[in-house]
Amino acid sequence: MRSKRFEVLDARPVNQDGFVAEWPEVGLIAMDGPNDPKPSITIENGVVVELDGKRRADFDMLDTFIATYGMNLERAVEVNAMDSVRLAHMLCDINVPRHELIPLTTAMTPAKAAEVVSKMSVLEMMSAVTKFRARKTPANQCHVTNVADNPVQIAADAAEAGLRGFAEEETTVGIVRYAPFNALAVLVGSQTGRPGILTQCAVEEATELQLGMRGLTSYAETVSVYGTEAVFMDGDDTPWSKAFLASSYASRGLKMRFTSGTGSEVQMGFAEGKSMLYLESRCQFITKAAGSQGTQNGSVSCVGVPAAVPQGIRAILAENLIGMMLDLECASSNDQSFTHSDLRRVARSLMQFVPGTDFICSGYSSVPNYDNMFAGGNWDADDFDDWLILQRDLRVDGGLVPVVEEDVVAIRRKAARAIQATFRELGLPEITDAEVEAATYAHGSKDMPARNVVEDLKAADELMNREVTGLDVVQALIKGGFEDVAEAVFNLVKHRMAGDYLHTAAIFDAQFRVDSAVNNPNDYAGPMTGYQISDEKWERIKTIRQAVRPESI
Amino acid sequence: MDQATLKELIAQVIRDVVAESVAPAAAPAAATPVGGGVATMSPAAVGELRIAEAGDAQRGTDPKEVVVALSPAFSTTLHETIIGIPHAVVLKEICAGIEEEGMKYRFVRLYRTADVGFLAHEAAKLSGSGIGIGIQSRGTTVIHQKDLPPLSNIELFSQSPLIDAATFRAIGKNAAKYAKGETPQPVPVRNDQMARPKYQAIAALLHNKETTLCDLSKKTQALQVSIG
Repeated sequence: MRSKRFEVLDARPVNQDGFVAEWPEVGLIAMDGPNDPKPSITIENGVVVELDGKRRADFDMLDTFIATYGMNLERAVEVNAMDSVRLAHMLCDINVPRHELIPLTTAMTPAKAAEVVSKMSVLEMMSAVTKFRARKTPANQCHVTNVADNPVQIAADAAEAGLRGFAEEETTVGIVRYAPFNALAVLVGSQTGRPGILTQCAVEEATELQLGMRGLTSYAETVSVYGTEAVFMDGDDTPWSKAFLASSYASRGLKMRFTSGTGSEVQMGFAEGKSMLYLESRCQFITKAAGSQGTQNGSVSCVGVPAAVPQGIRAILAENLIGMMLDLECASSNDQSFTHSDLRRVARSLMQFVPGTDFICSGYSSVPNYDNMFAGGNWDADDFDDWLILQRDLRVDGGLVPVVEEDVVAIRRKAARAIQATFRELGLPEITDAEVEAATYAHGSKDMPARNVVEDLKAADELMNREVTGLDVVQALIKGGFEDVAEAVFNLVKHRMAGDYLHTAAIFDAQFRVDSAVNNPNDYAGPMTGYQISDEKWERIKTIRQAVRPESI
Repeated sequence: MDQATLKELIAQVIRDVVAESVAPAAAPAAATPVGGGVATMSPAAVGELRIAEAGDAQRGTDPKEVVVALSPAFSTTLHETIIGIPHAVVLKEICAGIEEEGMKYRFVRLYRTADVGFLAHEAAKLSGSGIGIGIQSRGTTVIHQKDLPPLSNIELFSQSPLIDAATFRAIGKNAAKYAKGETPQPVPVRNDQMARPKYQAIAALLHNKETTLCDLSKKTQALQVSIG
């Protein structure tokens, strides 16, 4: 005989989730691992001869890379000798400003940073994130994908996402060879929605760089680093090869950030028995050492792993904080689905939503989850109103603004027509009026007519072989009668010459003015300081279409 | 970690994952995986699949062959995919798909890595046609071509819980078509945003089983496979 209470509980969504007990020997433990090294550093003649319990002779390539380039050695001995609890107090103390702490936090060793954040509750960490976020203004990023890789739908969805307020848009593919079309569609769509949105296409690294160099994308994010040497080698990589890739982007005036996150090493089977957070701390120091302006972290695609073990969601917030302590832009994940439970997915996101980060989600699925090709988002298009109302409930700027149906329909139609014209002028397979109409009103790919995939893939190959660039896209848009969209795409290409958007946490507004940690640094120091929602912005956030107006009765 | 602890861990996973919980948690060596399965199937329960190593794998010259690379734990310590498809069925379907196109198959096993992209790339490099397939024990599969960068691919099936027997056959068929120089319609990509919440941590457990068997110094081995 079964307890009826337990029968009901067993049927709840949360019990569809996979949970596992800790297994520290292989690193299946979120933080405070029994095998994590104790923080330590010894410097002789300006050279680190001992780091986190390891002598220089025993360094692996990650230790060498971090010890050589990753830490502010000037204050390393001083900060590593300080009590970790005292440092934890300073991190969440509103009276100790960010600019005084950065010289200390960037001098910590990886084990020290992990130890300090482990002394903080999630509330204290959220308080620290409020202070440590690099850019004063929080923002948000979205995913724009679909299961059919339909370029018309991508353009329409990208435009709608622009209208809704996203500062960056990321696409990826179901089928790899579609990448050039997806990059092109998200570029044209985003610039139709709101000029100045940065776009990327997450694919294999060489292709991704090529798309960027061609001007079909304006930033990159999926340059992955890992916390153990074995995982690096499994991917035929080293910290130096990643640093080289980073400089390849910089040399072409392209923004980029690294990606890493808790759980990846144990997921790949090479965690060396260390906790997920300690290994992620190493990743953040590698990111800093390689000269990347920022990180996308917060477990990201491995979120099912920390989420399955005790205090995994706390570790995710802790890793975001470590990235910020290293003065990096932090795109703080909140992207991929990790639970069947609506309660769990909101609780997980409040950690970043409430304090605000450079990109709260990286990204928010702007399409229904069945179309999300990052294997599903924690938030999707069906949650748009929930997100907006959470902003209104808590008076939080989560990067989105309410929109009305007519505007969304109009911008989707314009973007679909713009990509139709671009395809026509570039000699790519026809986009029919029926496809434009379907994309205008579509919820997802189920509402779209099928395309000839074989013909599309052939044309996508040719597009790369013909060496079509961003400037060809500009010309196509002008010929097609979309001069305003053409101007926005042209501006994106042009701003690579200036390179101002390579500064930490940079985004563009609609006039292509840079908003970054350099010209708009976070100066939070307690109540009524730091980022404050302007009256105008609050008016927009609180004006939702569902609210009954007293004067209407 | 010893066998007893591992068994306990897997039993724990079964208890946690199986929401409907029809029966009390099965013993680790249960013949039938409880809905969803977590790779606890014993060799005896999966039918006749015999795999023998036959020395270092050689580069093929036959343009009609597709090489299939298996991961270290495939049918050695693990015998079914993450959703409980027996490895015998997986290989049978892939072979059938290749045969339907009038092409041949050849099996190898890698020890240097359990990464599915590298498995498939190595298979492609050894293949006379330049087309290879890589499969991990849990079912993750890639179709690769020898001239592509290792981390690129022709077709990738990254979500192992969504790969059923029919998909494995379609993968074999498409690989054979690429080997013939055709451009087939890719096998439809499936997507389930709830696969990660349910399976990712278990996939991590299974992958750790694979990587403990990796041996950087051991060359890729030719395999003789018979499916009864």
